[in-house]
Amino acid sequence: MVRGFPKGSRQLVSIDPINARGDLRLTRITKSYGDFKAVDDLTLTIPKGSFFALLGPSGCGKTTTLRMVAGLEEPTVGSIHLGETDITTTRPYQRPINTVFQNYALFPHLTIFENIAFGLRRRGMKDVKEQVDKVLSLVELPHLAQRKPTQLSGGQQQRIALARAIVNRPALLLLDEPLGALDLKLRRQMQIELKWIQREVGLTFVHVTHDQEEAMTMADTIAVMNEGKIEQMGSPADLYDDPETAFVANFLGQSNLIKGKIDGNDGDNLVIDLFGQKISMPKKRSHAVDSSLYAGIRPEKFRISRTGTAVRGNTLTGGRIEDVSYIGVSTQYVVAMPWGQELMVFEQNDDGVPPFDKGEEVIISWEPNFTFGLRGDEDIEAGTEVNPEEIGE
Amino acid sequence: MSTKIKDASIPTIPFKARLSRWFGRNLLRIYMIFGFTYLFIPVAYTFVFSFNDSGKSNLIWKGFTLSNWQNPCGAPQICNALGNSIKIGLLATIFSTILGTMIAFAIGRYQFKGRSSSNLLIFLPMATPEIVLGASLLSLFLVFKINPGFWPTVIAHVMFCISFVVVTVKARIASLDPRLEQAAMDLYANELETFRRVTLPLVAPGIAGAALLAFSLSFDDFIITNFNSGTLITFPKFVYVAAARGIPAQANVIGSSMFFLALAIVIAGQLVNRKKAR
Repeated sequence: MVRGFPKGSRQLVSIDPINARGDLRLTRITKSYGDFKAVDDLTLTIPKGSFFALLGPSGCGKTTTLRMVAGLEEPTVGSIHLGETDITTTRPYQRPINTVFQNYALFPHLTIFENIAFGLRRRGMKDVKEQVDKVLSLVELPHLAQRKPTQLSGGQQQRIALARAIVNRPALLLLDEPLGALDLKLRRQMQIELKWIQREVGLTFVHVTHDQEEAMTMADTIAVMNEGKIEQMGSPADLYDDPETAFVANFLGQSNLIKGKIDGNDGDNLVIDLFGQKISMPKKRSHAVDSSLYAGIRPEKFRISRTGTAVRGNTLTGGRIEDVSYIGVSTQYVVAMPWGQELMVFEQNDDGVPPFDKGEEVIISWEPNFTFGLRGDEDIEAGTEVNPEEIGE
Repeated sequence: MSTKIKDASIPTIPFKARLSRWFGRNLLRIYMIFGFTYLFIPVAYTFVFSFNDSGKSNLIWKGFTLSNWQNPCGAPQICNALGNSIKIGLLATIFSTILGTMIAFAIGRYQFKGRSSSNLLIFLPMATPEIVLGASLLSLFLVFKINPGFWPTVIAHVMFCISFVVVTVKARIASLDPRLEQAAMDLYANELETFRRVTLPLVAPGIAGAALLAFSLSFDDFIITNFNSGTLITFPKFVYVAAARGIPAQANVIGSSMFFLALAIVIAGQLVNRKKAR
């Protein structure tokens, strides 16, 4: 299979793809395997210098997208540009893009030094030793240069895989679930380190993960993917505070989604009827298309009060404490509402008030600005299933 | 007095139970000793009788001598036969390893029409009785008016060695993580460099193992060689012919040397592996 530019068109392109720099643009990319579309009409721009995360459950197409950017797969339809250069069909070794593989893929027959020097040597760089030494001290493992990969711990291998990629100073660094194999403590530490290294070297990082916490810790921008499409893209705070779909609301953290009807306007606010009780929310936070909608509230935004006390903001009455879990920094309540739904409430233990007891009658209240509105025809269970096998994906 | 009290307070285990416990613990060890004895008695016999001051027939112990080891070519034609076997073995090894490795890569790495049937056909020479292979090869050579001799023997050996090389190398390729090659391509190595710097070094132990296997199969072969070598004497043919009159002690010398050489290769391999692991 011969790929790459046809001879004629190659001369028209002024920049050799290996020297291309700039934003990464995916335009209407589709990747089909038979009838199955792993990636479905995806359009995406990743700005130069950003730390970008592709977040989604296993099988959402995020790894396929990454492999197409790396050149390990070719899109069925669509084009990939780096700056002004079309790299859709160039071979992996002709792209200024390097990957940190999920299992690190360090060459077992070469020393750590030679692993890192591999890319530099292939491009015929001089001062290989100097550059390898520099990147080894960046990842704080200069003493391991002469070891073999199997003699290193998982965390050390991870850093070497990173060093092997960034030593080439690629236009784009791809990270495929880079921390998946590490234990929780090490993962947290590496998240902070990766973010620091990205700032230090100033490269564009594209990070693929199914771990929402990891994506939120590291990325400037997150694209949430589901079934081959992008559900929503934005900063971690935007996605968390104003999710546009039930999938995003559930996949990033937890959400209470209450079925309701738009009942009228009140200036910049909408009046919503939730099972007979009126609440209000900002118009611009509603993504409903008609009068039916789901009102979404994050569990930590709720306040709980005893029935009879005066409260501000939106209120829902008639709740009864169904379950109490005291977990130190906060107390988690399950509150049964008159219409049969159970709501999650996280209360900070910062006011000295002892937790409510099971069975107590309570009012739930919150700031109207914290409400987000989803389309009334959404599947409110979307994105809630957690698959423990995803880590091995 | 005190010891007597102590003895009485501890319940004694009956001798029979202790015996059966001892057997239970050591059964595997006893079995192993018997197994290795069975395997190594012929080797030991060959080695011991290589020092026999035998004269023509090496069946009865007649006294210790080093003369067989000092003069291994002493028996007529023996070193000529050995030389032929080594030459044929080396040539068969080189050709079958190169061809077999290429086939293994084709079958192990690429999808093509007829892949699964070639996969099956490769096993056929291993499953066919050697006597059938030898006889049909001879008739094939005669049809093409090629006289039995050195080169027909090499061709025949390459043919039956290839299957073993393919199977050995293919197993190694199957255990190779394709992501390593993808990583090499990602790090600016083109297809040829990826093969030379990553694929080949990682598959090399499999290829080396296949080459050793091919050599020992070729060196050892009697049936197919007997059909296709004509008047050429190889070491197995020499031993076979000599057996009628009594095998000279020099054959024991050469046999023992081969055994110790193989042993040395295995030990060296283990040492290299242990060093690498450290």
